[in-house]
Amino acid sequence: SYGALARYRNLSRVMKVNDSAAIGISGDYADYQFMKSVIEQRVIDEECLNDGFQYTPKSLFSWMTRVLYNRRSNFNPLWNTFIVGGVQDGEPFLGYIDKIGVAYNDPTIASGYGAYIAAPLLRDAFEANPKMSLAEAEKKIDECMKVLYYRDARSLNKYEVAIVTKDGTMIKSPIVSETNWEVAHMIKGYE
Amino acid sequence: MASTLLAETPRGGFSFENCCRNQFFEQKGIKAPTAYKTGTTIVGLVYKDGVVLGADTRATEDTVVADKNCSKIHYISDNIYCCGAGTAADTEMTTQMISSQLELHRLNTGRTPRVCTANRLLKQMLFRYQGHISAALVLGGVDSTGPHLYSVYPHGSTDKLPYVTMGSGSLAAMAVFERGFKPNMEKEEAKKLVRDAIAAGIFNDLGSGSNVDVCVITKDKVDYIRPFDEANLKGQRQGSYRYKKGTTAVLKTEVKKIPFEVVKKTVRAEPMETV
Repeated sequence: SYGALARYRNLSRVMKVNDSAAIGISGDYADYQFMKSVIEQRVIDEECLNDGFQYTPKSLFSWMTRVLYNRRSNFNPLWNTFIVGGVQDGEPFLGYIDKIGVAYNDPTIASGYGAYIAAPLLRDAFEANPKMSLAEAEKKIDECMKVLYYRDARSLNKYEVAIVTKDGTMIKSPIVSETNWEVAHMIKGYE
Repeated sequence: MASTLLAETPRGGFSFENCCRNQFFEQKGIKAPTAYKTGTTIVGLVYKDGVVLGADTRATEDTVVADKNCSKIHYISDNIYCCGAGTAADTEMTTQMISSQLELHRLNTGRTPRVCTANRLLKQMLFRYQGHISAALVLGGVDSTGPHLYSVYPHGSTDKLPYVTMGSGSLAAMAVFERGFKPNMEKEEAKKLVRDAIAAGIFNDLGSGSNVDVCVITKDKVDYIRPFDEANLKGQRQGSYRYKKGTTAVLKTEVKKIPFEVVKKTVRAEPMETV
């Protein structure tokens, strides 16, 4: 969005890095495009080396943290929040990096409004069922995106998902949640 | 004060005299006392037979927990209760004022007070104070026209909705409501949803914590359940750290008499105690 104007309704905020890692971005789109081109170039360089090694999610996370923190320390930040996700040694990994270099990893991560609205839902879901299946996880994400569409005034009912499994990375886009506005019939007036 | 025979009728509206004084204090570097806020999660829900109100029980003073188990669901009348978020004093006093005004109104009309009346009284008072009274309320009750639920904002606007949340934990609680609300729920379902919403606020918002209080209002009775769920019990000590008698071995025992001499003896008369 451009302030309160829904200017671009088709921007991708999710990027596949390689078969074991993907990143999601929020914040300044230009800074994201810069980071995207840097990462893509690095992935290509790595392929050219042809040494059998690939960027792992944890190494990518570590590198990005250093980059962002360094830029912040030089008063020239990349105004973004990155979420790095992937599978490393059979274990799933999810990390959060801020424009000021705050970095942590957790089984559930959310940025922006999601931290207030989606994080409680995701935490509940994870605590109830830490070993949920892909279908269940997708359903939970859909539920969160639906509630975010209901409650974030600067959101649209369209989103993309990046799924990283041991078999590779896949990006599903666009997904539209089924919203339920039946409650509108119960509301008349304000007093 | 015998000199004031003819008191001046007080002018309506808010007197801003103290604001000048406070500004002067700030300039001089004297800091104002911090407000005792209820960083809070409060919710309300309309279900099949009535209204369920829920609240957490933590009261904060900036970053310190001032009260671990305060009561945020206030009595307005026998069939109307109100949850309050914002400055604790403001919510307490506002609800008490409206409660007394409503009681006088009830005696005047001879009827059970309506929730919309309480709503009007609250919003008219809060608007008069232009938002300086920091009270964000969830007002719910059942009257002759049915169950009603309102959210009242500090500046005086109100919303009439089937489910509302207020306070710092309102987004977390609203997320749970949006996920689980259905029209005309059963009582136990509604209580569970309210408990889950408050729990989301308690565990995900730093301004809310401790226990969940629930108040179920129906046409015939009110169930004020405090606490409904003690979500944060203090950990129980699993063992005693006290040393058993005999842990330290006694090697030698010696009894000595301490010599002391009487220095002074005084005799004093104490008057008898009379009532």
